[in-house]
Amino acid sequence: MSSTIILKAHAGIGADVSGVALVASDNFSARYDLNRIEGIFSRPQHKLFGQNYVGRILVLNAAKGGVATAWMLREMAERGMAPAALLLNFANTIMAQGAAFGNVPLMDRFEADVTELIRTGDHVEVRSSRGEVIVTRS
Amino acid sequence: MTGEPRLNEEERALLAGAYGEPRRRAMEQLLSVGRFFDAEDFVEISQVHLMADTEALGESGVEFLEALAKLPWEERRVRVPTITDPRGADFKAYDRIKQDRSYVALERRASDAFAALGIMMTDTCINYQTVIPPVKGEHLAFGDTGSSIYANSVLGARTNFEGGPSALAAALTGRVPRYGFHLDRCRRGTTRFVVQDRPRDLSDWGALGGLIGRRMRSYFEVPVIEGIAGSPTSDEIKHFGAALASYGSTPLFHMIGITPEAPDLQSVFDRNSPDPIQLGRQDIDDFLAGFRQGGDKLDVVVFAAPQLSLVELQQLGGLMKGRRIHPDVTLIATTSPEIKSGCDRFGITAEIEEAGGILLEGVCFYQMHAREIGEANGWKRLMSNSAKLVNILGGYGYDPVLGSMQACVDSAVAGRIVA
Repeated sequence: MSSTIILKAHAGIGADVSGVALVASDNFSARYDLNRIEGIFSRPQHKLFGQNYVGRILVLNAAKGGVATAWMLREMAERGMAPAALLLNFANTIMAQGAAFGNVPLMDRFEADVTELIRTGDHVEVRSSRGEVIVTRS
Repeated sequence: MTGEPRLNEEERALLAGAYGEPRRRAMEQLLSVGRFFDAEDFVEISQVHLMADTEALGESGVEFLEALAKLPWEERRVRVPTITDPRGADFKAYDRIKQDRSYVALERRASDAFAALGIMMTDTCINYQTVIPPVKGEHLAFGDTGSSIYANSVLGARTNFEGGPSALAAALTGRVPRYGFHLDRCRRGTTRFVVQDRPRDLSDWGALGGLIGRRMRSYFEVPVIEGIAGSPTSDEIKHFGAALASYGSTPLFHMIGITPEAPDLQSVFDRNSPDPIQLGRQDIDDFLAGFRQGGDKLDVVVFAAPQLSLVELQQLGGLMKGRRIHPDVTLIATTSPEIKSGCDRFGITAEIEEAGGILLEGVCFYQMHAREIGEANGWKRLMSNSAKLVNILGGYGYDPVLGSMQACVDSAVAGRIVA
């Protein structure tokens, strides 16, 4: 039997999307953590090391260093190799700028730790402009 | 949540397309970011530092720029002085490190497109040491995290981390949304560290920055550092800040008695200062030891991230003069074109190159397709004195080691890691 919860957050950037969650309590940088050609996490220390993020609702803690992410999100999106959306506890400016430039949905500032509210495999509907995320767990 | 950012007449005109489509699109993009961060209005900026390497841009980024570069001059020219971060290739030296020609060609396209917008291709992340240092209170749109944290913290200027597209939007409009580190209230201290033992060399300063950066939980956390008696040098505080910004996501720190907004604790904390976290020699040693595992094999030694100042290169030249790098090891140092020119004049380039080293200009190692050049040259075990560089390259297929400049040069000569 599935359960559904609605999470509230600050209004985000980008269109409404839905997909399957990929979650870790780690932080996130497109430059430092990813092999963007293969679409997998490539930093050995990252909890999602080796996992494919393409088309997933990626749920992580905070955006980390590296201004390159701003160009990279658009480049990843244009090649069809981007996550469907990014849900973070704390975005930084780079992530927000990259999302605005690359049309990648982004939300942050949830009521509680989003990496604990959502689990890998959950079905997630992201409604950025309303600051709302609907999580369905089967 | 607050409402829509206030726009003045000029900003409304920009948004309405009165100055052409690129400026309209730029203003729209900035407004979207301003809403996300609850900006109340916009602030005019005096200079832009733009991240422009093709590894970050990709083919799609270059095509975006080329389309912009074809528009009429009045529509495409930047409104404020705009300079660039390192490129992805040294046009004079790419064959020496077996860099793929396709990347070099892409780099030339990007460079031409940027120049067509009136952007000055300074190709440096140490613009504050080599081009034009900002002034306290000056509002900026700076790209590289290292240059941003230096401008905010050491010089007291005001910038957020502006990624390439956002810095370009700032250059086209001459403004940014006023949020984050443009605001007094975001520049207050939040976390307190006491440093018990002064770092001994540049790698130690980077390690200290890394130790604090790892403890940062968000972009808006501002660490306050006590216990540093006597000013660090520009290069020491550069390595500290660059590592802090790289391991954290941190655009500003205060160093009590040293940085301009922090004469004392009372000046940076609103109420009682929080309990401090103590950091000592053992913490720095443990940090360094975390990168010293797996034998003494060595493939490449890199001095970069940030690019080296004239003073660092003089030190490096002095350490290399009259010695010979082991034939199984490559040694690379990177700097800005302006500093490279100085090194040529002062004989520093000759000291490095005659010992078998390679001095590259206008690039930084991790921004020049580091994964691919590593594969092309068979580089896996890398040694550097940059805590920032070893942090980044762990995700690029390298097995990095952090050591002092002296240890790096000694290891390059010995052909194995000695420290």
